[in-house]
Amino acid sequence: MEYVRAFLVGGIICALVQILLDRTKLMPGRVMVLLVCSGAVLSAVGLYRPLFDFAGAGASVPLLGFGHLLWNGMKEAIQENGILGLFMGGFTACATGVSASLIFSYLASLIFNPKMKE
Amino acid sequence: MKQYVGKQSIAFQSPVCILAGASIAGKKEGEGPLGEQIDFICEEPMFGADTWEAAESTMQKEALQTAIGKAGLTREEIRMIFAGDLLAQTIASSFGIRDLEIPCYGLYGACSTMGEALSLGAMAVAGGYGEYVGAVTSSHFASAEKEFRFPLGYGNQRPLSATWTVTGSGACILGETGSKVGITGITTGKIVDYGLKDSMNMGGCMAPAACDTIYQNLMDFNRQPEDYDRIVTGDLGAVGKQILLDLLAERGFDISRQHDDCGLLIYDNQRQDTHSGGSGCGCAAVVFTSHLLPAVEAGKWKRILFVPTGAMLSKVSFNEGQPIPGIAQAVVVENLSE
Amino acid sequence: MVEQFQDIAKKKKEKEYQKYVKKMTPTHNLALNMLKAFLVGGLICTLGQVILHTAEVMGADEKTAGSWCSLILIFISVVLTGLNIYPRIGKFAGAGALVPITGFANSVAASAIEFKKEGQVFGIGCKIFTIAGPVILYGILSSWALGVIYYILLQLGVTG
Repeated sequence: MEYVRAFLVGGIICALVQILLDRTKLMPGRVMVLLVCSGAVLSAVGLYRPLFDFAGAGASVPLLGFGHLLWNGMKEAIQENGILGLFMGGFTACATGVSASLIFSYLASLIFNPKMKE
Repeated sequence: MKQYVGKQSIAFQSPVCILAGASIAGKKEGEGPLGEQIDFICEEPMFGADTWEAAESTMQKEALQTAIGKAGLTREEIRMIFAGDLLAQTIASSFGIRDLEIPCYGLYGACSTMGEALSLGAMAVAGGYGEYVGAVTSSHFASAEKEFRFPLGYGNQRPLSATWTVTGSGACILGETGSKVGITGITTGKIVDYGLKDSMNMGGCMAPAACDTIYQNLMDFNRQPEDYDRIVTGDLGAVGKQILLDLLAERGFDISRQHDDCGLLIYDNQRQDTHSGGSGCGCAAVVFTSHLLPAVEAGKWKRILFVPTGAMLSKVSFNEGQPIPGIAQAVVVENLSE
Repeated sequence: MVEQFQDIAKKKKEKEYQKYVKKMTPTHNLALNMLKAFLVGGLICTLGQVILHTAEVMGADEKTAGSWCSLILIFISVVLTGLNIYPRIGKFAGAGALVPITGFANSVAASAIEFKKEGQVFGIGCKIFTIAGPVILYGILSSWALGVIYYILLQLGVTG
């Protein structure tokens, strides 16, 4: 059942974003930024946690979840370190995702060459 | 020796001969409707080079050398070349013609550059500034995507109004005599801005410029659309073509029977999934040298109007919120045998 | 005065043209595209759920399981990008491939591979962030701004 919920919620988020891509002039880069920022806001006002509890990866895998992750890290860091936490939370929270993307991508650039689109 | 007519046009006193044209293109273009007519098709998208930019340069060099050979000349006999491409600071041209050691002028007219090169080349020959002059342009899908859009490995969707940059290059050799095809006149285009900002809809950005230049050509030469067997625009694509026909109809000319678009000739949009059609400096150049020029030479068409179109933008102007104006350069090409 | 009128007339003409172009421009079948985005996006999230579940069964807490989930999905996406498969998924699925964390990883890997020819520092080093950079910047910035508000509320004793 948890798989079905992840599938449905994740799928619905993607389908809604497709409307933005097809019906506005927003470029993919802007859409990604929009998603992460909205995720952080939704999480801060307490709306994202319930969605995560319901859908699991369906809520955490989309970039909205990346914003949720950032906010959670921020909140914890502030609770622990006060003002200094404001400058620690974000990067701590997204450390795995960003590091993995950068490191794997760098390694990929050593192995793979640019290819033509078909 | 006054050769200008009307407001923006030149009628050459004696036609400038097109001695030869040559084309080279990639795999996708080879699989398109004009595949058989293109001189060289290279299946390998890097054309034996190391980078996309160098691949584009290789195409220019090959196209130019082939054209010079077809004209029965050697490179020492070419007085000057007009060359251009889409990349920043037109590096594909600079590095492409570097090794040929021919005097050159670098041009930028976005996708209209072949029209610009032919116009300037024809002027140089008509003015007596050179016996043989070259015109060459190129574009490469990958170098253009990398420069203007996304890295190729990025998984984006293209809107239906988007065009597919042609991987190819076309070159022409112009001379005073020696061929039965010639350029009899040109119309220089203005930069026309209708305030459109959508970089994924170049056809809509360029159609007003094409309309303006074609209208001015008909006015300056006092011709009707029927005086041309074909009026062929550069890369308006399916979307831009319809807009052009509408805009010209508004100004009293119906060119629907004569009109064709290089972007629509080079690919089979349905089968090849290229959406609105082909685009790029190479699009007009390849279609002109492989398809239009031979048809005029064979007498299939007596007189055509070749109108490459360009969208004037850079990444900076686009990001700073400027609109995307268009430009179109018209070249009258005729079969000279009576 | 005359200039002003001309300006207004020009703006009006431009507006009309934009409206006309919009009418002439075909668009993708939205329902079909949404369906494709739904299916592929849903599948990627389901795969994420499988990883989350497996990690939890193996004894990881929620946060660690989430990290494993991101790590593995990112790895798969980078490999598929290198093999030129992810662009095809993206072309088919649109937002379905863009929205999940795999889309973020794809944008990083595609830039790294494309710009390697321009060198280690100015090629890969600078341009790896071409698409992903803004996401990181505005993600960090927005969470910081929210954090400032939270901190103030915390000091005022409004929230705990």
